[in-house]
Amino acid sequence: MLTYTLRRLLLAIPTLLLISLVIFLLVDLAPGSPASEIPLTVPPEVRAKILEALGVNEPLHVRYLLWLKQFFWVEPLNGFDALFGTTHAEGLQRIISYQTRSPVFPLIAERMPQTLTVIGTAYLVGVLIALPIGIYSAYKQYSLFDQFGTMFAMIGFSVPTFFSGTIFIIVFGVWLGWFPTKYDTTLEVTDWASFLKQLRQMAMPVMVLGLANAAAISRYMRSSMLENMKQDYVRTARAKGMSERTVVLKHVLRNSLIPVVTVIALGIPSIFGGAIITENLFGVNGIGAALIGAIHGNDLPMVQTLAFIFAILIVTFNLIADVLYGLLDPRIRYD
Amino acid sequence: MKLKTALLGAVCAFAFAPAAFAERGADGHVNVLYWQAPSTLNPYLSSGTKDVETASLVLEGLAGFNEKGEVIARLADGVPTVENGGVAADLTSITWKLKPGLLWSDGSPVTSADAKFTWEYCTHPDGGCAQAARYEGVTAVETPDDLTIVVKFASPKPNPYMAFVGGTSPILQAAQFANCLGAAASTCTDQNFMPIGTGPFVVKEFKTNDTVSLEANPNYRDPAKPAFATMTVKGGGDAEAAARAVMETGEFDYAWNTQINPELQAAMAGGGKGVFLNGFGTLVERIEMNMTDPSADLAEGERSTVKHPHPILSDIKVRQALSMAIDRQVLVDVGYGSAGRPTCNLVPAPEMFADATNTGCLTQDIEGAKKLLDEAGWVVGGDGVREKDGKKLHLLYQTSTNPVRQDFQALVKGWWEEIGVSVELKNIDASVFFGGDAGSPDTFQKFYADVEMYANNFDGTDPEPYLAQYMCDKIPGPDNQWQGENINRYCDPAYDALVKEMAATADLAKRSELAKTMNAMLTRDTMTVVPLVDRGRLSAASVTLGGVVLNTWDTEMWNAENWFRVK
Repeated sequence: MLTYTLRRLLLAIPTLLLISLVIFLLVDLAPGSPASEIPLTVPPEVRAKILEALGVNEPLHVRYLLWLKQFFWVEPLNGFDALFGTTHAEGLQRIISYQTRSPVFPLIAERMPQTLTVIGTAYLVGVLIALPIGIYSAYKQYSLFDQFGTMFAMIGFSVPTFFSGTIFIIVFGVWLGWFPTKYDTTLEVTDWASFLKQLRQMAMPVMVLGLANAAAISRYMRSSMLENMKQDYVRTARAKGMSERTVVLKHVLRNSLIPVVTVIALGIPSIFGGAIITENLFGVNGIGAALIGAIHGNDLPMVQTLAFIFAILIVTFNLIADVLYGLLDPRIRYD
Repeated sequence: MKLKTALLGAVCAFAFAPAAFAERGADGHVNVLYWQAPSTLNPYLSSGTKDVETASLVLEGLAGFNEKGEVIARLADGVPTVENGGVAADLTSITWKLKPGLLWSDGSPVTSADAKFTWEYCTHPDGGCAQAARYEGVTAVETPDDLTIVVKFASPKPNPYMAFVGGTSPILQAAQFANCLGAAASTCTDQNFMPIGTGPFVVKEFKTNDTVSLEANPNYRDPAKPAFATMTVKGGGDAEAAARAVMETGEFDYAWNTQINPELQAAMAGGGKGVFLNGFGTLVERIEMNMTDPSADLAEGERSTVKHPHPILSDIKVRQALSMAIDRQVLVDVGYGSAGRPTCNLVPAPEMFADATNTGCLTQDIEGAKKLLDEAGWVVGGDGVREKDGKKLHLLYQTSTNPVRQDFQALVKGWWEEIGVSVELKNIDASVFFGGDAGSPDTFQKFYADVEMYANNFDGTDPEPYLAQYMCDKIPGPDNQWQGENINRYCDPAYDALVKEMAATADLAKRSELAKTMNAMLTRDTMTVVPLVDRGRLSAASVTLGGVVLNTWDTEMWNAENWFRVK
């Protein structure tokens, strides 16, 4: 298992390098220019100066290598400095965002808390709703509950978040006035009152995203359960006189969870990636909002860095999912 | 609509109500929404309106503009003019006097050295200053004493209110930005995000592209202002959500740029929680005629260059007919509602420069347009499309991708087809269209189309640099990497002479006359530029927020120190 993990980790290095090149080229060669963000009232000479100061005039390979160096050397060094108060990174140029003319990584760090709280909670809520629905739907296949569960999943699948989000805003924000429509990122939870405030402002984005997440996972859970319910070992367990509860929750559920855990693990990078539409809709202003803002603003360094961080996360969680699979299922051994 | 007018009146009444007995910080908290969130609070590093306007709560210039476009003193003790001797008689220098006793928000005194430093900061060759145009032609900033600032110009400047005037040209604190000159500008994150200023508010916390938390400046020069103790400027979402947050849920007191379609405007205005404020500046949505041949049959490097005049549009009658066929009022009703009005002027404001008599294009005249085309020799062919010498009257009409612009394209295409012109529509992503990439065939400067539509305006109140864009030597072409501003490739020596005359004229009445003549040459007389809609600003304010006056000549936050809570 250990050698397998190590081999996968080593293999990840060329994979990530290749991904970094593809991302860099895709973002860079795509049509569009940061110049389009400069108003037309700015004269051409000034425009040219601004672009020069951004460094967009350097040749492509120089910018790629510089970016790699900044990503893998300068930025970690800066992180080290920030942690231990050293000054190793002094004088080294960091990855600078075109939009804010400031380093990219602190901007990302600033966005993380709200994304992790809101999107993370939504994912957790989604999983917590989905598992019981999936289990019971499978156990009582074609029952009224199963039909409802299917309908719930269908709605979650087919209604896009920009639509459900707007409906929620109009119903709960405008008509009922229960929840704020804009998320306040400066709110600090210090006491009971601010905690309640935090819950209220999280309610709508969490509901919208939770619904979408739960829909997908509940279907996986249901089909995995159904598959296992028909297995011989279930019949054997019943024949041995075990209670339905033990059969379903111990034998069937445990075995059914194996693929579902993998699916859940593979979905975790999306928490870090944020939710572009939902974040924008409710003003959560996390990573997703940062990404779409950077794309709109032709902020290439920000887009490249964010996209590459997502790539790293996806590669990592793929590895984690594979290892988890091996740990959970004794039949699977990699060595 | 009636209710809206009444509410607008109410807000105006409050705006002029005496707030003399107000006390600093007495009115608590105010929430402002800039749906395009501020990225930095240093306007010298970003030309984005959202950044400049938010920064103007903290940073100020020597002077600014009021809602009528007049220069008003801010840090300066009065506005220098030729009459009061502040502007040299030969127009080569302007002398500003600071108000005595001014303090930065950190308690240190404001001196003329700060102004001089600001000029050095923005004109540093490696800094990429976004507002460098404000300092164009400035050869030196002298500081004879702590309160006197003398700005010297290379040549006579009829409009000396550029450097240090308005939200795009504020004064930075020299002590804070001393290590941020040139290439070091982007390493100064703390300075750029939390500048020390003289404005009514101080930055408490800055979250990039998200939230700015501000509190009242304890050292603000008027001890009774601002009335609000704290302010939050929040970003995110879109114009519609922003309008809703003020007009329907009442969570925010002010929302910037709530440009939404006319039906939604009407629906939201009925809620009674807020009012839409609109004001008109110089932004004009227009159709530009290509005076050169964009034909793909020409060699690359010759397309859309002065070498080949346009085979169809070189005829003034065709251009006039195209303009006559457009019903500008319908465009306004479909696209902008109360935030737009039809116009025939390239310079629609300020009042003294706008030609109020140029209204001929406002009435649509399909029959007249047909007649003009007949006269020009374009006769209707079998398929309804006009022909001349075996050539079809076919135009390629391009613009950026944007729902309102696509509506406009469809409407204009309909009218043009009615007069026998075949029209092909094309829309290009804004980041490409306005991207200015010399390698892309789709930029508005390259103009590989017969006509194109976009909006442009000018900074401040003086149209001189704007009108100078149509000089012969500013035509984009392969020799200047397509970086000219004369998009139409218009070239008239008489026009160039007028531009030069204006640059040397200080008398305002004469300048206004020159501007009107040039405006008429480009629009009414030649229809090189076909103005469509004068686009105003549309913002939303809560009925509980008093003192708001929408200003299109400076930032919308220009008088935030006068805002108060209506009780």
